[in-house]
Amino acid sequence: MTEEKIFNKVKKIVAEQLDVDQDKIKLEADIKDDLDADSLDVFEIMNELEDDLDIKLEADENVKTIKDVVEYVKKQLAAKE
Amino acid sequence: MAAIKIITSSHYLPKHQVSNDDLSHLMDTSDEWIKTRTGIEHRRISEGENTSDLCTAVAVELLKKSGWSPESIDLIIVATMSPDYYTPATAAIVQGKIKAKQAVAFDLSAACSGFIYSLVVAQSFMGNMNYRRVMIIGGEVLSKVINWHDRTSAVLFGDGAAGVLLENEQDSTSSFLGNHLQTFGDLAASLQAGKTLPLASFPAYSPHNYGAFEMAGRDVYTFATHRVPESIIAAVKKSNLQLNQVDWFIVHQANSRIIKQIAKRLQQPLEKFPMNIAAYGNTSAASVPILLDELIDKKKIERGQILALTGFGGGLTVGTQIIKY
Repeated sequence: MTEEKIFNKVKKIVAEQLDVDQDKIKLEADIKDDLDADSLDVFEIMNELEDDLDIKLEADENVKTIKDVVEYVKKQLAAKE
Repeated sequence: MAAIKIITSSHYLPKHQVSNDDLSHLMDTSDEWIKTRTGIEHRRISEGENTSDLCTAVAVELLKKSGWSPESIDLIIVATMSPDYYTPATAAIVQGKIKAKQAVAFDLSAACSGFIYSLVVAQSFMGNMNYRRVMIIGGEVLSKVINWHDRTSAVLFGDGAAGVLLENEQDSTSSFLGNHLQTFGDLAASLQAGKTLPLASFPAYSPHNYGAFEMAGRDVYTFATHRVPESIIAAVKKSNLQLNQVDWFIVHQANSRIIKQIAKRLQQPLEKFPMNIAAYGNTSAASVPILLDELIDKKKIERGQILALTGFGGGLTVGTQIIKY
């Protein structure tokens, strides 16, 4: 899966979970500070990504920004192959 | 299909109410933090009353409301993860206090799923062994097993008890429909309380100590948001019903955010998932019957309606019982 496709998937899931516009979700956005997510939102975003992509994601992995999430998902997808 | 009827219900809560602000004086937390992440505003904490006291108060009220004589009860099950003792069982103490001399009494340990597991066990006794009148109580004094310095878990729980009386009635329009129980022992370490240790050597002189409540938050969250919808779907299917036919989903009150996710995954309106967690917190085995009794009392639940009662928690365990009330 290309980085762009992963970003689009992350955007869609984050937008739905946090009830924000997809356009506002930039790669550099900080999930907690800029997008106002709390720890349970992060659980849910990770859960949705796990279910959709059949990968395992730890919520306490060092993910602060959307870019961190995209890179973490990319790494876990690569590890699966 | 078992022609079992919930005759009446009752709940009892300790008087002392503790707010989120009260907790913020004990640990580094705040009303806003607790409310947004859990939906909890208050909880009741027992001062001086143990689990059997709460359960006995429920039992006395159940007898009063039903007019049943204590001697007519065949079985008493108390679902609890915070019993007074290893032995006697909390249910035996209740049996003694209300003088239900004919009743067989024991506790059932399945944490927050305990009330649902007890309903299923009771059905088996009522079907296979012809027990006619059964008392089931979920009761907890969790405040005695909580680490009051651990802000990740201490803010979540409360004390309370509630129960129902069940009766076999052949011509009843009420019945117990399908159920689903499942246990995930491989996840046992995700939620623990009251750990005991063997002697390191003999003779031992050090005092016994017991482990306080510990929970792996995300593991339990993920477990609940996945396994609970599956359990509800399985039990509804076994009842030959569709999800849309369920009038009320009475789900264990662990966290309002978990309940919202469950509703979303089941694609059912949140209005069908009543909540009272704001007032009482998570009362483990007591939460489903407390909510059930409140809804019956407010006449929200009416005879003939389809209820899905679901518990989930320590074990890890999950269970659903579908009832035609």
